[in-house]
Amino acid sequence: MAHDGMKFPKLTPKHVTEASLTQTFSRRAFALGAIQGGVGALLVGRMAWISIADNEKYALLSESNRVNLTLVPPRRGWILDRHGKPLAKNRTDFRVDIIPDRLRNKDAVIGSLANLLSLSPDDVERIREDLENSAGFQPVQVADKLSYEQFAAVSVRLPDLPGVAPAQGFSRDYPAGPTVGHLLGYVGIASAEQYKERKDPLLITPGFKVGKDGLEKSFEQNLTGKPGAKRVEVTARGKVVRELTTRPDTPGNSVRLTIDAGLQEYAGRRLATQSGSVVVMDCQSGDLLAMASMPSFDPNSFSDGISHAEWNMLSEDDHVPLRNKTLQGLYPPGSTVKPMAALSFLEAGLGPEEIVHCGGAISVGNGRFHCWKRGGHGAVNMRRGIAQSCDIYFYVMAQRFGMQVIADMARRLGLGQKFPLPYPSQNYGTVPDPAWKLKKYGKEWQIYDTVNATIGQGYMLVNPTQMAVMAARLASGRQLMPQLVLDPRRPAPAPLGVKQEHLDIIHEAMSAVVNGGGTGGAARIAVPDILMAGKTGTAQVRRITMAERRAGVRRDASLPFKLRDHALFIGYAPFDKPRYAVGTIIEHGGHMNRNEDAPMISGDVLTYLFDPAKALEKLDTLEKQWGGPPNQRLAEQMQTYRIEKGLDPAPPGSGNAAAVPAEDTGQEAAD
Amino acid sequence: MSIVPSPIANLPWRLMMLVTAIALFGITVLYSAASGSMTPWALNQLVRFIVFAGMALVLSRIPVSLFATYAWPAYGAIVIALILVELIGGVAGGSQRWINLGFMQLQPSEFMKPVIVLAVARFYARLPVGEVRRWNAIWPALLMIGLPWALVIVQPDLGTATMIAAGGITVMFLAGLPLRLFIGAGLAVAAFIPFAFMFLLHEYQQKRVLIFLDPESDPLGAGYHISQSKIAIGSGGLFGKGFLNGTQSHLDYLPEGHTDFVFATMAEEWGLVGGALMIFAFLLLFRWGLRVSTRAKDRFSRLTAAGLTTTIFFYVAINLMMVMGLAPVVGIPLPFMSYGGSSMLTVMLCLGIIMSIAREAKSRGNRLL
Repeated sequence: MAHDGMKFPKLTPKHVTEASLTQTFSRRAFALGAIQGGVGALLVGRMAWISIADNEKYALLSESNRVNLTLVPPRRGWILDRHGKPLAKNRTDFRVDIIPDRLRNKDAVIGSLANLLSLSPDDVERIREDLENSAGFQPVQVADKLSYEQFAAVSVRLPDLPGVAPAQGFSRDYPAGPTVGHLLGYVGIASAEQYKERKDPLLITPGFKVGKDGLEKSFEQNLTGKPGAKRVEVTARGKVVRELTTRPDTPGNSVRLTIDAGLQEYAGRRLATQSGSVVVMDCQSGDLLAMASMPSFDPNSFSDGISHAEWNMLSEDDHVPLRNKTLQGLYPPGSTVKPMAALSFLEAGLGPEEIVHCGGAISVGNGRFHCWKRGGHGAVNMRRGIAQSCDIYFYVMAQRFGMQVIADMARRLGLGQKFPLPYPSQNYGTVPDPAWKLKKYGKEWQIYDTVNATIGQGYMLVNPTQMAVMAARLASGRQLMPQLVLDPRRPAPAPLGVKQEHLDIIHEAMSAVVNGGGTGGAARIAVPDILMAGKTGTAQVRRITMAERRAGVRRDASLPFKLRDHALFIGYAPFDKPRYAVGTIIEHGGHMNRNEDAPMISGDVLTYLFDPAKALEKLDTLEKQWGGPPNQRLAEQMQTYRIEKGLDPAPPGSGNAAAVPAEDTGQEAAD
Repeated sequence: MSIVPSPIANLPWRLMMLVTAIALFGITVLYSAASGSMTPWALNQLVRFIVFAGMALVLSRIPVSLFATYAWPAYGAIVIALILVELIGGVAGGSQRWINLGFMQLQPSEFMKPVIVLAVARFYARLPVGEVRRWNAIWPALLMIGLPWALVIVQPDLGTATMIAAGGITVMFLAGLPLRLFIGAGLAVAAFIPFAFMFLLHEYQQKRVLIFLDPESDPLGAGYHISQSKIAIGSGGLFGKGFLNGTQSHLDYLPEGHTDFVFATMAEEWGLVGGALMIFAFLLLFRWGLRVSTRAKDRFSRLTAAGLTTTIFFYVAINLMMVMGLAPVVGIPLPFMSYGGSSMLTVMLCLGIIMSIAREAKSRGNRLL
């Protein structure tokens, strides 16, 4: 004891007895009881703090747990043609998206989705790629246009598919497919940049699309409606227990275009397998009735999210299906400028009957300039100069009147002019004159520049819309402006300020081009009593050397596609009462195939306006030789491309599978 | 005296009613947690309660001396079982807390909670009165507590280990050891905690502690339990959302809503009123236990009754602090409320032994209870 005590002096005992221990126990048991009571009071206090003082905060948190507020993407406004026929509409759609942020076990989820929805390897690859590039909060589309069975199959397996969001909504539908691709553009999921900029949750709502190109982009604000909202009760695993309240969306406004849907589709189809464009304009109002640029992409498939292979195919195609040729394509106008040049000569005082002798070539300065006809045309007046497209006549007259006269008239008729059309990307081309050349190249204007310009070569560049404007202004004698949005109250355009008798001379000559044994006979309209007036054009894209000229100019058919001449045509009908004007260009067409050449295409397109049945009958026959309508050819091209590239051919019917149920009928009411 | 036979009249009826009330309330909550269904939890729990309550009544008829006699052998058996668990776990890989007996899984650490109290109480009961304030009164008890504590903490089961240590130390405290020892040890532990946190805790345990300190830092990850539990309690308000109307539990936002977080499930539907009533009921239970201890005639009974009461108290306190965000998430269930057999068994063992002590105190003429 003493030993212990010495070692641990602090424990040296006071006197302990049984009684004192019991007393200690009672004291300490009481203390324990007090502590327990204290802890109990503390817990009640804590609970009161959470449930009374912080009640509002936690009630809110509980509510935001329980209630999932989802935006209902607004139905997009329709795009209508001048008669109210839809060019772009909405279609009920079952779709499935992935929200990358909520995705766990990516491979397993994609695997089971591929299985459930029978996705092609191409789709799977596209989804993986989109997932990698996505910003996490952006939904990635898995598939749309699903059948109800497929939609239901995914919906019931949701608890095992975290991050997968099936939805019933509307998707954009372009009934005319590729023929309206460039006209309307397409829609797609908003980019991460757009979301970061605007922070609008609507942008990352599955199923919501924004305009990506063309009119869909230009009229974005107008077409986008106000989103609805749906409150649903969800479990922690995201399973919807029940719907609480729903506020319907407000569809976007529709946009009514000047376009004639039937004509637009006809023109697109009539361009056949060529790379080209047709622009048709109303000669009274300036309304654009058709702006076809082919080949094109299918806006339906672009709006669904395009596969890598499809994109590659389109961007590698030498027929440039990704360029809207009607506004972005620039071409030397070739001989289509001759009526314009002739008008400028008349206005400058030239008599229409003055004769030029065409011997096939003349010397200008140091060079020798040839007529397209090697033997020459002999005696040529203005009418014959236009009808036979004699180059020598224009070489001579252009030298007499000078470039400025021609350039001024070209601009009055719309060449080189900017038109306020609702497209973000347009090219306006060039009408060259001495001042322009000096400014651009720092060089003096030369006489041979004038000679080149008068046959639409050299520096001169136009786009097909300008060609149509030129044709319409020549036809009407009015300052028509191309219009794309229908507005019946627009005031009539002012006159050009050229003499009607001069126009009559030009009209007569242009009619002779088509109906009087001229170069444009193929453009004749197949409707009795309606005469087409027009002008053909050929634009060289290569230089013909003296050596080649001696040996005989090579035929286009022997040249590679890119070196062939462009084929052009401007025209209007009826020749004596101008109603519709057309501008057509076939890139590298080389006048190799009469059926697919600019004059006949132009003639058929205008024929459609006077007798649609007749025009369609002809087209249906022709189209069989070309491998069917554009969407069918596009699908076949895709298939061939896949095989060439050693990719799995897409399963039949994928992409535009599954019969689609009722259309969005709420639209008519909203109009 | 009365028409009721004395063995029945002598049963602690008020206590049994109290416990039954708590348990029935718990079963009601489980019924709601299963979206208004007796299966899979409520019915099981009811059957368990009846069986284990019966067992507790049987225990209450056993003489206290028998518990004293078997305290150390039981302690020894459980320590061996703990070692076995450790060995088997080592073979199986990963942490293992139970032995598979074929018909049931035995979790020896659970039994250690009451048995440590019995063993330490037995030690002090046998210690000569004069030794109490000497070192001989300290080290054997510390060893007795330290061994199972170490075995459980390596499992690793921080919650149970803490309860074992707390139960044993409570008995030491009640046995009359010098107060300054506890104060000194408390300070030492406080100083030791940062060290223990850095080097002794597993990463997932460290994470739990950190998240306990700041649950909002990771509301969707490891802080999810605490966040959701607080949301459930907080959104209940004063009177709760009403029976069967809890959304946190029914929509699965509250994890473990029928086991460790059953109090949150209850509070969401019954509000502060329900919670305060429950805490009050538990306090009544503890008061009964401590009263039994002060009236017990011998040292073993006193220490055991107070120690076991405190063990139940630790269950309740740790669990409630956990669900209210005052303690890290450790797997300690709420007695009578949480769905599960082993905790019910342990608590009923404690109650049975305390009732036995109460019965003996009474039969010696003390009819005050």
